[in-house]
Amino acid sequence: MTDLNKLTLAGARDKLRAKEITSVELTEACLAEIEKSGELNAFVHNTPEGALSQAKAADARLAQGDAPAMTGLPIGIKDLFCTKGVPTQAASGILKGFVPEYESTVSQNLFDNGAVMLGKLNMDEFAMGSSNETSVYGNAVNPWRRGNDDAPLTPGGSSGGSAAAVAADLCLAATGTDTGGSIRQPAAFTGTVGIKPTYGRCSRWGVVAFASSLDQAGPMTKTVRDAAIMLEAMAGHDAKDSTSADLAVPNFEAMLTGDIKGKKIGIPKEYHMDGMPEEIEKLWQNGTDMLKAAGAEIVDISLPHTKYALPAYYVIAPAEASSNLARYDGVRYGHRATLAQGDGITEMYEKTRAEGFGHEVKNRVMIGTYVLSAGFYDAYYNRARRVRALIKKDFDDVFASGVDAILTPATPSAAFGLGEMNDADPVKMYLNDVFTVTVNLAGLPGISVPTGTDAQGLPLGLQLIGRPWEEGDLLNTAYALENAAGFVAKPNKWW
Amino acid sequence: MSIDKDTAARVAKLARIKVEEDALPALAQEFNTILGFIEQLNEVDVEGVEPMTSVTPQRLKRRVDEITDGDQQEKVLSNAPDAREGFFAVPKVVE
Repeated sequence: MTDLNKLTLAGARDKLRAKEITSVELTEACLAEIEKSGELNAFVHNTPEGALSQAKAADARLAQGDAPAMTGLPIGIKDLFCTKGVPTQAASGILKGFVPEYESTVSQNLFDNGAVMLGKLNMDEFAMGSSNETSVYGNAVNPWRRGNDDAPLTPGGSSGGSAAAVAADLCLAATGTDTGGSIRQPAAFTGTVGIKPTYGRCSRWGVVAFASSLDQAGPMTKTVRDAAIMLEAMAGHDAKDSTSADLAVPNFEAMLTGDIKGKKIGIPKEYHMDGMPEEIEKLWQNGTDMLKAAGAEIVDISLPHTKYALPAYYVIAPAEASSNLARYDGVRYGHRATLAQGDGITEMYEKTRAEGFGHEVKNRVMIGTYVLSAGFYDAYYNRARRVRALIKKDFDDVFASGVDAILTPATPSAAFGLGEMNDADPVKMYLNDVFTVTVNLAGLPGISVPTGTDAQGLPLGLQLIGRPWEEGDLLNTAYALENAAGFVAKPNKWW
Repeated sequence: MSIDKDTAARVAKLARIKVEEDALPALAQEFNTILGFIEQLNEVDVEGVEPMTSVTPQRLKRRVDEITDGDQQEKVLSNAPDAREGFFAVPKVVE
């Protein structure tokens, strides 16, 4: 059988269990594709030997009949997850050469579940970015192109390498992380599925921290079913993360019935943004019609503080980042600047951080430092946290009124060209996350599902937002939307 | 509120990031763009609203205060740019 790399997680799992294929064959097929994918710059640290040894172990497990859902399935891991013995840089120069002595809980959960790691995936530096253009490894490239135009497009960010790798069938699925939209926006830009679970569903232990009150890990997959399978394997309580929820993880896949009759789907009026392309409005309307046709009840809702989500985010996230990134001091790990005669410890910190961090990261750390500094803490940071409370209350009120899920666009546009936003001010780039960032601020689960293409053939996605801890119900609504949309387009292979 | 060159230099110092003198005006300009965007928050009536501390209404779990890990000196030091005789080495801190 050829093209094993194109299988879904569910498809490959069934073939492995039926002994039609082996994990070694499957893994070799992915490794061969990764070898040929240099132009996508998705995989940045390859681990073929480790992958094959995990695959052999998986085949042995399968032979013994001890095979949890992910057994033998080859995936990519975002460079933000610490992986024992494998370089982990968060796509930053300051972590060059860092090789963790420990494994992140999420990757460990996946390995315990039998998954095979093919390597580490490109991303924006410290997950700060929406286009994968802030990476020390260089840009990841979207496998999709505009018609016959060969201009390289962004796969989105920050989980750009994960999205590109899954869309290009280099791996069956990948891990991502999402602080303001970093799973859902790249998924929408690449025609893949990405879910950010409820805050606390996945352990943050061993995931390089960006903004700890917003960061969540989640799967990036080819289908909603795969997202259900992989999320279940990633999630669960972890004593090593005090914000991890001590709740049972349901069998998400078993909840995919596709039946959404009687479900109440909210359409928030504030998400009709000025200047939104007509294609996005149409995509949203089509999605609404599909859910209605599937038996859902559509209701208009209001989330009045939506407009203030991005500015609140750009206080809270940099504030937390400035604190989290204080640890990169050139003492315990990573890069240390070469010092001049007479330089003391302060010069060491300042030079190390100036050399090790990229432009966007430095700016966010300094903005965060400013909003937390004496005299501004109340005016910026505390005000932003108050606004955050109001944003969450908007959602609480809507869910209290009986709404089961909220449907919105995932992004305000299709994938844009790499370099196209270079001259724009940073705020323009931030607008990419306008529909996704509210969900992080409110700690809710959100999923991006590909439902159509734009006039140039680029994929577009819709976002569904669910009640806290009800990822199963959310995935089922997403499954119904996926079934109705029937999105099957794939990028033409040029790499 | 507008950030000038001196404020930019002060923030860079607080963040322990070296910024060359000639880069400060552009940095101040970028700060002002972002802070201008953030200013919108002043439109919101936040009277009587508590700043959010935890997005999920959970009480942090408690655990027994006991040693559960240790004796990993080699691993702890394995990624240090400069480790000597079982310690992290840094430039002289105290005269």
